[in-house]
Amino acid sequence: MLTKHTISILVNNQPGVLQRVAGLFGRRGFNIESITVGASEEPGLSRMVVVTVGDERTLEQISKQLYKLVDVIKVVDLSANPMVARELALIQVNAEPGQRPEILGVVETFRASIVDIGPNTLIVQAVGDSDKIDAIVELLKPYGIRELTRTGATAMIRGISK
Amino acid sequence: MTSQSASAVLTEDMRKKLLQPDLISGSEMLLRSLLLEGVDTVFGYPGGAVLYIYDAMHGNKDFHHLLTRHEQGAIHAADGYARATGKVGVCIATSGPGATNLVTGIATAYMDSVPLVVITGNVPTSLIGTDAFQEADITGITMPITKHSYLVRDVSDLPRTIREAFHIASTGRKGPVLIDIPKDVSAAKAVFHYPEHVVIRGYNPTVSPNKLQIDRLLQAIEKAERPVILAGGGVVYSDAQQELIAFAEKTRVPVITTLLGLGGFPSGHELWVGMPGMHGNYASNNAIMECDLLISIGARFDDRVTMKLDGFAPKATIAHIDIDPAEIGKNVPTDIPCVGDIKAVLGVALANAKPARSAEWLKQIKAWNELHPFQYKDSETELKPQYVIEMISETTNGDAIITADVGQHQMWVAQFYKFKNARSLITSGGLGTMGHGFPAAMGAQVGCPDKLVVAITGDGGFQMCSQELAVCAIHNIPLKIAIINNQVLGMVRQWQKIIYKERYSHIDLGGSPDFVKLAEAYGVKGLRATNKAEARQAWQEALNTPGPVLIDFVVRKEENVYPMVTAGSSLSEMILGDAE
Repeated sequence: MLTKHTISILVNNQPGVLQRVAGLFGRRGFNIESITVGASEEPGLSRMVVVTVGDERTLEQISKQLYKLVDVIKVVDLSANPMVARELALIQVNAEPGQRPEILGVVETFRASIVDIGPNTLIVQAVGDSDKIDAIVELLKPYGIRELTRTGATAMIRGISK
Repeated sequence: MTSQSASAVLTEDMRKKLLQPDLISGSEMLLRSLLLEGVDTVFGYPGGAVLYIYDAMHGNKDFHHLLTRHEQGAIHAADGYARATGKVGVCIATSGPGATNLVTGIATAYMDSVPLVVITGNVPTSLIGTDAFQEADITGITMPITKHSYLVRDVSDLPRTIREAFHIASTGRKGPVLIDIPKDVSAAKAVFHYPEHVVIRGYNPTVSPNKLQIDRLLQAIEKAERPVILAGGGVVYSDAQQELIAFAEKTRVPVITTLLGLGGFPSGHELWVGMPGMHGNYASNNAIMECDLLISIGARFDDRVTMKLDGFAPKATIAHIDIDPAEIGKNVPTDIPCVGDIKAVLGVALANAKPARSAEWLKQIKAWNELHPFQYKDSETELKPQYVIEMISETTNGDAIITADVGQHQMWVAQFYKFKNARSLITSGGLGTMGHGFPAAMGAQVGCPDKLVVAITGDGGFQMCSQELAVCAIHNIPLKIAIINNQVLGMVRQWQKIIYKERYSHIDLGGSPDFVKLAEAYGVKGLRATNKAEARQAWQEALNTPGPVLIDFVVRKEENVYPMVTAGSSLSEMILGDAE
C-alpha cells in the first residue's frame, strides 16, 4: 500500500552530501515529495527531512540504501511514531486596501501572520502541517496569489513517544 | 615480466621511515600512503593535473607504475589485479578527460563489488567550478557508481583520506572509492601524519552474523527436501570457498554458482549443479523452479539470473546471506535474512549444521544434468568456439586465471570451462562491459606473475582495448590472448536472430584488422587457427612461448549460445537449442 512517509536523515555536513542523498532517491526511482536540510543539534552534522510516498518494502529499501552512504549516520522513519511536522509558506497575495480586513480574517483564523505590506499586496507567513498550508493557500487564491514559496516539511518525533 | 611484486620489501624499518612526520608535498604523501597500504603496482596515465604526482614518482623504485595506452585500460587492469589478488587495485588519471575515461571501469567495479582506489587529478582549487581547461566534476559524475568519493581540498586531509579510502574499498561489501586531488593540493606541503586507525561514524559494516538468523536457516535446511544454494561472487570475494564446500557437504545441499560465483565452488564437485539464468543449464534452472528452499549466498538476484521475477523459485522459502543488508529483499522478498561476511556466516553455521533430506532431490538433479548437459555439435571442417574453450579448460586443468570479455564467448567460457579455484574467472558480470577482459587479464597477470593467465575475448570486445598490447609487449607480460573470432557481434546477432526475426542490423565486424599482424606490429607473437588441428597446435605453441601471445581462433560465425531464456520469460521457458 502506498503511504506517505517522513524520514529524518542525520548526515555529515560535507559538501555534496545533499547531492548524494537526492541522487540516491533519483536513480533508484524513489519518490521525493519534499526535502529540507538544516543544522542539527550536533556541530558538523546536518539533518535532512524527506517526505516520500511508497509501500513498506520501498521504505525499507530507502532506509537500507541510505545507510550505505558513508556520510549517512542515522535514518529514522518519523511517521512510524507520533510526530510533529511543520512547513513554512510565504504567500504574496493581491490585497487592495478594501480587501485587507477579509484577508486578515483568514490569516487570523489560521494563526498565520502578515510579514509585509505593499501598496496593493500582502505577504502572509503560514506555519503548519502540509494540509493546513494547502488550506490557507486555497482560501487566499480568490484574491490572486502573486507568488508562493513553501519549504517542505521538517519534522520531529513527539517527546511522549521517546 | 619486468614488473615484479615489490610489496614484500616493505620492511619494518621502511615502514617507520615512511611514517616519519616530515614536511612533504601532497604528491609525496600520496606515494607514502600507497606504500603504507601495501600497494606495489599502480596503473595510470599522466596529464597536467597529476604532474606533481608523476614528478614525485620520478625515480621511485618502491612501486611500479604501468603506463597503459588509455585510461580505460588502466582501470580495467586495476580491476583485474584486484579480482585476481584480492588486494585493492589502484589507478591514477588526470583531470577532465582522463577522469571521465575511467567512468566505465568504475561502474564495472561498482557493479561487481571490486575494491579499487581511483585517484584523479583535478584543476587547482581556485579554478574549480570555472569550467577551467580539463575540468570535470568527477566526484559528481561518479557519485552513483562509487562506494564513496572524496574531493580533497586541504593537503593535511590527504593521508587520512587515503587511509579511509582503502578501508572503505576493502571492507564490508567491497567497491571502488575515488579520491579527487586538485593540482595545488598535490603541490602543497604539510606535515605527514598517517592515522593508525580508521574511525568513520557512518560506516560500520556488519561482519559477524546474528546467531538467531543462522539458527532459522539451519532449521529450514533440516526440514527441506529440495534445498539449493545459489552461490555468487560474494563467496569468491570473501575467500569462503572451503567453508562453502564444507557447508554443502555437511548439509547435503546442492550448489548452483552464478557467473561471478564460478570457481567459488569447484565445478567437478558431486554437489555442483551448474550456472543458472539466461544461459544457465537445464538442471540449475529446473532446480530453482522446483526447490523448496533457496539459499542465496553472496548473490544479489540479478535479472540475468532470476529472469522474470514473478516466476522465480515459486515453491521456495528464500534465505539470503549477504554482507550488504540493502541486497536483502531488494529484488526478491526474503524469508530468512542473514547479514554478515560469508566466511564468518558459514563458519558459524557449520558448527550446528545438520543434513537436509535431499537424497531424492540430488538424484533428480543428476538426472536433469544427464538429460541436458551443455552440448554442441562438433565439426571437423569448422572450428567451434565451444571446442576452443574445452581445449583451454582441459590443458590448463582449471589452474589458470581466465578472463572473459562480454558476449557469446563469455557464456561459452562459463559453460565449458571447468573452474576449480576461486578467483580463477575474471569477467564483467553486472555491467557487462565489452573491452574489460583483455586489460583485466593484464592486471591479473601483473598481480599473479606465477600463474597462467588467459584472456578469452571476442573480436568485438578485444578491439575496444586492443591498444594495451603495447603494455604487454613492453613489460613482457606473458598472458595468452585467445580471440574467439566470429567476425560479428555474436550475442547481438543471436538476439537479432531469435527475437528480431533475423533482421541483422550493424553487427558485421568486417574490416577488423588481421589480428596476427596487429599483434606482431606491437611486438607480440601472433598465431591463427581455423580448424581443430591448428587450434591445438597454436594453443600448444602459445603455452610453450614465455612471453605474451595472441591467438586468433577463427570460429563458426552462426554458432549460438544455448540454453537461452529470453528477457521477460521465466526460467522454466528455456530454449534448449538444436546443438548446431
